[in-house]
Amino acid sequence: MTESQEGVRVKRKLRSVLGLGALVLAIGAAVPLGAAPTETPALPAKAAAPAPYPSTYRARPEPDTAIVNASILTATGTRIDNGTILMAQGRIVAVGRDVAVPAGARTIDGTGKWVTPGIIDSHSHLGVFPAPGVDGHADGNENIDPYTAHVWAEHSVWPQDPVFTKARAGGVTSLLVLPGSANLFGGRGVTLRNVPAVTVQQMKFPGAPATLKMACGENPKGRYGSRGRAPATRMGNVAGFRRSWIDAAEYARKWDAYERKRAKGEPAEAPKRDLGLETLAGVLKGEILVQNHCYRADEMAVMLDVGHEFGYRTTAFHHAVEAYKIADLLATEQTCVATWATRWGFKMEAFDGIEENGAILASHGVCVAIHSDEQRLIQRLNVEAAVALAAGRRAGIAIAQEEAIKWITLNPARIMGIADRTGSLEPGKLADVVLWSRNPFSVYAVAEKVFIEGALVHDTESPGSIYRSDFEVGQPVGVE
Amino acid sequence: MKSNRLALVLGALLGLASPQTAAAQTFAITNAHILTPGPVGEVEQGTILVRDGRIGAAGRDVAVPSGIAIVDARGGYVTPGLFAVNTALGLVEVSSVDGTLDARTASLRISAAFDVQYGLNPASTLLPVARLGGITRAVVMPDHDDSNKEREAPFAGKAALISLGEGGNILYRAGTAMVLELGEDGAARLGGSRASQLGQLREIFAGLKGRWTQDNAWGLSEADHRALAPVVGGRMPLVVIVHRAADIRQVLGLARDFRIKVILSGAEEGWQVADEIAAAGVPVLLNPTSNIPSSFDLLGASLRNAAILHRAGVVIAISGNDAGHRVRDMRYNAGLAVSRGLPQAAGLEAITLAPARIFGVADQLGSIEPGKVADLAIWDGDPLEALSEPVAVYVSGKAQPMESRGTQLGQRYAKRPD
Repeated sequence: MTESQEGVRVKRKLRSVLGLGALVLAIGAAVPLGAAPTETPALPAKAAAPAPYPSTYRARPEPDTAIVNASILTATGTRIDNGTILMAQGRIVAVGRDVAVPAGARTIDGTGKWVTPGIIDSHSHLGVFPAPGVDGHADGNENIDPYTAHVWAEHSVWPQDPVFTKARAGGVTSLLVLPGSANLFGGRGVTLRNVPAVTVQQMKFPGAPATLKMACGENPKGRYGSRGRAPATRMGNVAGFRRSWIDAAEYARKWDAYERKRAKGEPAEAPKRDLGLETLAGVLKGEILVQNHCYRADEMAVMLDVGHEFGYRTTAFHHAVEAYKIADLLATEQTCVATWATRWGFKMEAFDGIEENGAILASHGVCVAIHSDEQRLIQRLNVEAAVALAAGRRAGIAIAQEEAIKWITLNPARIMGIADRTGSLEPGKLADVVLWSRNPFSVYAVAEKVFIEGALVHDTESPGSIYRSDFEVGQPVGVE
Repeated sequence: MKSNRLALVLGALLGLASPQTAAAQTFAITNAHILTPGPVGEVEQGTILVRDGRIGAAGRDVAVPSGIAIVDARGGYVTPGLFAVNTALGLVEVSSVDGTLDARTASLRISAAFDVQYGLNPASTLLPVARLGGITRAVVMPDHDDSNKEREAPFAGKAALISLGEGGNILYRAGTAMVLELGEDGAARLGGSRASQLGQLREIFAGLKGRWTQDNAWGLSEADHRALAPVVGGRMPLVVIVHRAADIRQVLGLARDFRIKVILSGAEEGWQVADEIAAAGVPVLLNPTSNIPSSFDLLGASLRNAAILHRAGVVIAISGNDAGHRVRDMRYNAGLAVSRGLPQAAGLEAITLAPARIFGVADQLGSIEPGKVADLAIWDGDPLEALSEPVAVYVSGKAQPMESRGTQLGQRYAKRPD
């Protein structure tokens, strides 16, 4: 269940779950711009040990494939008309007008059609708040304590969530699944490949950095204040963050001292691991990316200063419906914004949300991502981006589609720390590609073919080949 | 670009045509690409004559009386103003702020007698936002209040029809429909299971044929009894929020047995029983993007629902993505239904004439047709596309301000650094 669903009925439902699922939905993500993605950071105390819960994702081998004669939005700022994209062994080999297609390659006619990078959602709860949204499935919010940096969303993901199938039909190839926003520290998020799987390890994006979900504002203070405990106010939220970072810094120092001694061959006893502080210490070391759910401009400015005080950076503010009020500050701090175009007014801190948010930020040089946070919207992030584009034009901000496509491809990849591997159509990158029936900013556009690392995972021409999750088997659940 | 120029030109012209006088509601829109359900249909180089807030004439060869104000649409699409359903516009400001929620009652004495018309707020900031989506009329519906788990409330209450015109009284017609919810959520309010709810509803409807008595078996208040009387006679439609195919069949049975004029709302699994819905002549209010199997009520929810129902002959109206802040999304939702097989013209009809017909006001609203109210929108592109925007909106022939609190905030912060 996300913060926004539809209709009178849902409004009532949200009221009934306030403080639970509903409050959880807004989340934020922040990743250092341009930071080279690293292996999932090893725990601070065990630099040499392999990262636990390793990815077992393997790309499905497929024949080399060329899509020819299509309009290609590369997400590098250009559009290639009558272009060809050639994919081989899971990678993009060439993109351009004059690309020779090797004999034996599968060739797909893209005449009249459009090609984009795979869509990337930098804020999702698929698998942790799956469908059907019954209590037995509500695994996204460890909302019994405001400090749960120790929980990992990947330990809640249900790979049989039928909405993964629907998101694939919307062109989504990678997504950041985050814990909910009831807590100040919600826990670690996990970056997934949107591939059919039985275990979450089979979906984990190899080498994607870990992320930490943090939440400002109404959700944590409302969740805990209403139960007579801290935090009950925004100042209580901030105090809670600061105390935690003090603890994390001390924890990191202890481990550093231990590692130094060990390196010198001196006898030393390892401190006891603390899962929560381990995550926070990973943030202070720059290994874990901060994804901060935060709506109001003034609160974001305070949170940036919390980062300055303790020496961490915020990769992205999520939801951030007031980010347009501090566009220059966000540009200076190189903090991305992951937001919507159409959602506003569902709570007080969302009251100043405007459709123009993304365009204003982009015109100030801020890295903008359009995210979903919900099950319906993840299927049509392209349309949400079109709304943001049109609102910008109405406000006198002309943004080219060649740039706007980055809002749902390259920029979320930056937020997730995987932009060197996916998010744009460039030789050497993973062949995450969508073939659209028409211009992807059109409401009429259908994602006809979706490739993940060169593997055709969704094909409207061959409905029988489309993978259905176990939950869909024997039930009338549809791909669309 | 082209659309910006159009907006500027229209803005200037509207400035001439918008003084708040009776004469302001008499003007002509020329150079219009008219797109409307009804006999006028699509006219590429058309003219629309508006007289005293009503459509005087529309078509290719319309004589424009000399001396009246002219709005040059410059070839832009002109459609009827959009007609929203399943909204709480005027009844909500901030969804999580209880004091701003007026679409519901927690009263133990009334459910059916609850009437949203008395809570309408013409100053709501949501109205201009919806209007900037081309919306000129909306059905506002009561919501169920579940704060008191002990309360048994069979009905949500009475819906109303509002105008989104600026200023003053927005109520257009009260008592538009009665609202009832079935399925998991409805059952939870009346006995805890489907069989319990449907059984009690049948008893209630049967009891309405007689006079109200204080000791009626279902604890119905006299006010509720009175409110329900026109429903059983078919004089007031009953909107039934329902999802599962089996529940839809039950609703069709209720309608038949008690001669109730039913409107289905939601109906995500309607495609499975499309022929039965069509045969019963029952219309459907739906959101095509409600395709998530979010409960066991709607495992079969599908983006193709709209197209399948339409093909079967069901009259459908398409809603936005919530009851308030995202009502404006209704036109994109119509476009998404078109992308999954709904004919283009049916997509436009589902957000204009079809809802007007469903709620019994098609003689006044829903299409560009001589004699009807001049609710109009001029667009800078295909009205179902998210990339398009309305450049002018008229309610009863009156040009509406093309701004909202949101656009004002945007203008305040949009300036690029020097």
